[in-house]
Amino acid sequence: MSKIIEKAIDQEYKYGFVTDIEQDTLPPGLNEDVIRAISEIKNEPEFMLKWRLKSYRQWLKMEEPTWAKVDYPPIDYQAISYYSAPKKKELNSLDEVDPELLDTYTKLGIPLEEQKMLSGVAVDAVFDSVSVATTFKDELEKHGVIFCPFSEAVQSHPELIKKYLGTVVPHTDNYFAALNSAVFTDGSFVYIPKGVRCPMELSTYFRINAAKTGQFERTLIIADEGSYVSYLEGCTAPMRDENQLHAAVVELVAHEDATIKYSTVQNWYPGDPKTGKGGIYNFVTKRGACLEENSKISWTQVETGSAITWKYPSCILKGDNSVGEFYSVALTNNFQQADTGTKMVHLGKNTKSTIISKGISAGKGQQTYRGGVKIMKNADNARNYSQCDSMLIGEQCGAHTFPYIDVRNPSAQMEHEASTSSIGEDQIYYCNQRGISTEDAVSLIVNGFCKEVFKELPMEFAVEAQKLMGVSLEGAVG
Amino acid sequence: MLEIKNLHVSIDNKKILKGINLTIISGELHAIMGRNGSGKSTLSHVIAGKEGYEIEGEILFNGESLLGKSPEERALAGIFMSFQYPVVIPGVNNTYFLKAALNAKLKANGQPELDAMDFLSLIKEKIKLVGMDESYLSRNVNDGFSGGEKKRNEILQLLTLEPTFAILDETDSGLDIDALKIIANGVNQYRNSERGILAITHYQRLLDYMKPDVVHAMIDGKIVKTGDMSLAKELEEKGYSWLID
Repeated sequence: MSKIIEKAIDQEYKYGFVTDIEQDTLPPGLNEDVIRAISEIKNEPEFMLKWRLKSYRQWLKMEEPTWAKVDYPPIDYQAISYYSAPKKKELNSLDEVDPELLDTYTKLGIPLEEQKMLSGVAVDAVFDSVSVATTFKDELEKHGVIFCPFSEAVQSHPELIKKYLGTVVPHTDNYFAALNSAVFTDGSFVYIPKGVRCPMELSTYFRINAAKTGQFERTLIIADEGSYVSYLEGCTAPMRDENQLHAAVVELVAHEDATIKYSTVQNWYPGDPKTGKGGIYNFVTKRGACLEENSKISWTQVETGSAITWKYPSCILKGDNSVGEFYSVALTNNFQQADTGTKMVHLGKNTKSTIISKGISAGKGQQTYRGGVKIMKNADNARNYSQCDSMLIGEQCGAHTFPYIDVRNPSAQMEHEASTSSIGEDQIYYCNQRGISTEDAVSLIVNGFCKEVFKELPMEFAVEAQKLMGVSLEGAVG
Repeated sequence: MLEIKNLHVSIDNKKILKGINLTIISGELHAIMGRNGSGKSTLSHVIAGKEGYEIEGEILFNGESLLGKSPEERALAGIFMSFQYPVVIPGVNNTYFLKAALNAKLKANGQPELDAMDFLSLIKEKIKLVGMDESYLSRNVNDGFSGGEKKRNEILQLLTLEPTFAILDETDSGLDIDALKIIANGVNQYRNSERGILAITHYQRLLDYMKPDVVHAMIDGKIVKTGDMSLAKELEEKGYSWLID
């Protein structure tokens, strides 16, 4: 492999992580008692425990799927602890944090106060009450928007939970969804009332109040008739967690004339660059249901982390004229593996789906894209546009594409485009000769490759995402 | 400005340049003519700083040695090459790319960088000089460009970046007469007493329009004869074989 590119790859992915002291952690192992314990610690109403147990019994009957093109050692489900209390912040100032970690935060443009939150530094009381957070909370209350931790919603809005939970991703859906339904820890609950346009990106608010993200997150977002919400999960900052398996479930429900925009930026620890060990397994089930007419759900994701990513944010286009969109950039480097993609199921009439997937493989990274488009019998006039682009950097990585197209209605219009490109030495040399450094050249080329997706992100995050690509490429350029 | 002393270059143990000596003073346009395989392009790339060559000898630019400097360091020092085979960079907008290059240069010289609006005004003026229309500004670098369009894009970059020394590597290959005139015109606009040019070409045609100060004939890795325009004419008439004896 060429020296120019090899040199760029060799820089290590730098991260720093400070462990906090643990409290109230259940011993490892999974059985009905553990589940009852979780439910009791969280003070859940009876219906919630019943649902968990039903899911657990279902899980016991299921087998772990193996069809994904990812390789990992068997997971010992009895060796995982399924509950730990929120951790106390231990540090007094940023001076105690690994300077390299702070350096990354700075490169990503993360503001100082947020850096404190992310690295576990106690936040000034002043900051807290000056609260950007309080101001947001007031704004949201004024509009009747409910945005709270899932566990809080179980107590305060059980009727909504009962009505919607499991309607988009039933506990029987797949192995990891069943597991999640049994042992989920926490997540977000959002409800937007009729006709309300949520006054802010739910991202900013979420980040400032971020509880440590859990292992089995459960998120439910409901947009009532005519409403709009843009929700952003995740963080460009490199996140490490001693819990290796992350199996989250996200359900989105859009009623008539409603729109949900769900964006994800993920930079979970990808594992040791030399051995691939220790990285996070991100096995997620995400699905949105466009229940009624004219509803719209769009998924935008930028994934640069995790050792293994296995996720297919999907849309069920039930309502007539409903629209589903999927925009994704996935970067795999070193030993990362990703088997990801989307499923668009067209049920109603005049439905439309758009899929734009950009995969960048570098080092020994392996990436698989699976795009499923299903047009059911009564889905008259369905339209789908799919574009799947792969970029290979270096000679040891791989990109694989498996489009699945299942059309059962003759009036459907489908368009599929795919391309493969690479960043070669020649292109880098050309840029060098124009005075552009190799690092900047790779960044330029990769950002050009990703821009169609980046422009779908909430603006503040688009800028961070570009920086994230730069930082990941700096440590991960291949 | 550019001094090459006893330059020997090999690639994979195969000797390509066998003792090149060349001096170019500011304001001069030197032309090198030679058959395919004579080493002309290798010479261009070695000056530009491409990796992969074993090099002995000296290359001095304004008195400082270039050897050991990366291609981008040499570019920022003022060296530009118009590529024989310009590279396609899909997904990267042509205008954005040029702005990045120009700003890299301005930054290296301690000058303020241009914002998007200022740059757009600048580039709109420059494209007129190479007979390109504004649609090229929204296209990606060399993506879908014909051979002639790629060469024009190289000259556009030359006129925008305004380097002190330009190597034109077979800028005329693949061009029709009209395009040739436009390219030559662009190069002539760039020329002044502070700038040097090394033009590498097969054909005398380009030199008719560009009027070099010095012409060199290169055979098998060596410069075998140096003269002026009359040498170029002689080569056009007689070919290269008479020089080998």
